[in-house]
Amino acid sequence: MAKDSVRDVVLSPVFKNNPIALQVLGICSALAVTNSMSVSLVMGLAVIAVTAFSNLFVSLIRNHIPSSIRIIVQMTIIASLVIVVDQVLRAYAYDMSKQLSVFVGLIITNCIVMGRAEAYAMQNGPVMSFLDGVGNGLGYAVILLIVGFVRELLGSGSVFGMTVLPTVQNGGWYVPNGLMLLPPSAFFVIGLFIWVLRWFNPEQVEKTEYRIVANSKAKIKETANV
Amino acid sequence: MASNNSIKKTLIVAFSLCVVCSVVVSSAAVVLKPKQVQNQELDRKSNILQVTELYKPGDNVDKKYAELITPRVVDLKNGKYADNLDPETYDQFEAAKDPATSRTLSGQEDLAGIGRQENYATVYLVGDPDDPEQIVLPIRGQGLWGLMEGFLSVRGDGNTIVGLSYYDQSETPGLGGEVDNPRWKAKWDGKKIYADGDYQDPKIHLVKGGASGEYQVDALSGASLTSRGVTNMLRFWLSDEGFAPYLARFHDDSQGGA
Repeated sequence: MAKDSVRDVVLSPVFKNNPIALQVLGICSALAVTNSMSVSLVMGLAVIAVTAFSNLFVSLIRNHIPSSIRIIVQMTIIASLVIVVDQVLRAYAYDMSKQLSVFVGLIITNCIVMGRAEAYAMQNGPVMSFLDGVGNGLGYAVILLIVGFVRELLGSGSVFGMTVLPTVQNGGWYVPNGLMLLPPSAFFVIGLFIWVLRWFNPEQVEKTEYRIVANSKAKIKETANV
Repeated sequence: MASNNSIKKTLIVAFSLCVVCSVVVSSAAVVLKPKQVQNQELDRKSNILQVTELYKPGDNVDKKYAELITPRVVDLKNGKYADNLDPETYDQFEAAKDPATSRTLSGQEDLAGIGRQENYATVYLVGDPDDPEQIVLPIRGQGLWGLMEGFLSVRGDGNTIVGLSYYDQSETPGLGGEVDNPRWKAKWDGKKIYADGDYQDPKIHLVKGGASGEYQVDALSGASLTSRGVTNMLRFWLSDEGFAPYLARFHDDSQGGA
């Protein structure tokens, strides 16, 4: 495990082992904050910061954490970092923090953060853990930006707030797709994205766990009736 | 690893982690507090300036606000200024929660769906406070999904609307959320509130399709409930329960040639 190369640790979570697309973690906030790209970007950065630093601190004290309280220790570190990030956003990106509202606080419950702390930082050195956090946060941020791009373009006709498709409400020709502004659309976009990813990386497709076979009961019934 | 799991070690780790984390969290909160308060102030000021349509992107909000705006506290019962309350410190939203400084609205009165109404409200006068160009009134009420909070700006005659803008609303994006659309907001400019000095009955309302005349504004398409909320909150805040007694004074003033 300790032999991972820097490049692998940072880049593999982006496409090969993406926390959202392959592990399907952290979906809740991916649904809620992706209706515009700038919000997605800030949320992505916040998650990168929290994952990276929580991995770093957990890794630094990993040899002193009693295993009976390790989950609580990880949660305390993550929660503190999230509060700090929230406070910083409120001070330096007030408009953004108003739009993100409770979702910054909900980074605490994002499975990616604790998943990485438990699965990687508890076994690896601080530097690699930090990079692993950056990589996984990045994987999350990339998906958020892709979903945000699709939703903002089709839902409001703009990218990063700049008009690309002038909408009917503003005197243009594009009739915006209202569904794209609502959270359910993120499900469809993420689903389609997972499909595209697996098309290019067929090894990501899970093995079929069961197969539906032809119904044999009907036949028996038929013969019985005859 | 076994030593890590002793009770002593567990307690030491838990305790020191809590101390370190609480120091980090509280120092972040304390250090960043002034900046956050400043942001909130700036946000409030720019909301007020935006509804007056005197603010252009890039203007210095603090400077422009100091130049143009004078806040005053108004007694909603008689429409007179309450000079015993300092507009800089009086918070009407806090006041609305306190039974001593607010009153419960009965179901019939409570058009806006706010439950309690404060006795005093803060208004913002644009230009000369004795003969203002515009008067910015805080309004709020239920939309479809939740409370909508905003400002209504009225010209110095107390009857002609300049603009309506919401700084806090959670209406459906693309439908009710279009209350934020500048094109819709532009429709309010020049509309009238009261007809023939009848302050009992504000005439302004939203209509579906083809608003005509100076008391009607186009409703938001696909958002009947948000539109109804907007009409109701205007009718409430511009009625006798709200700012009508206050606005009536501007009518009298202008007739008296003051």
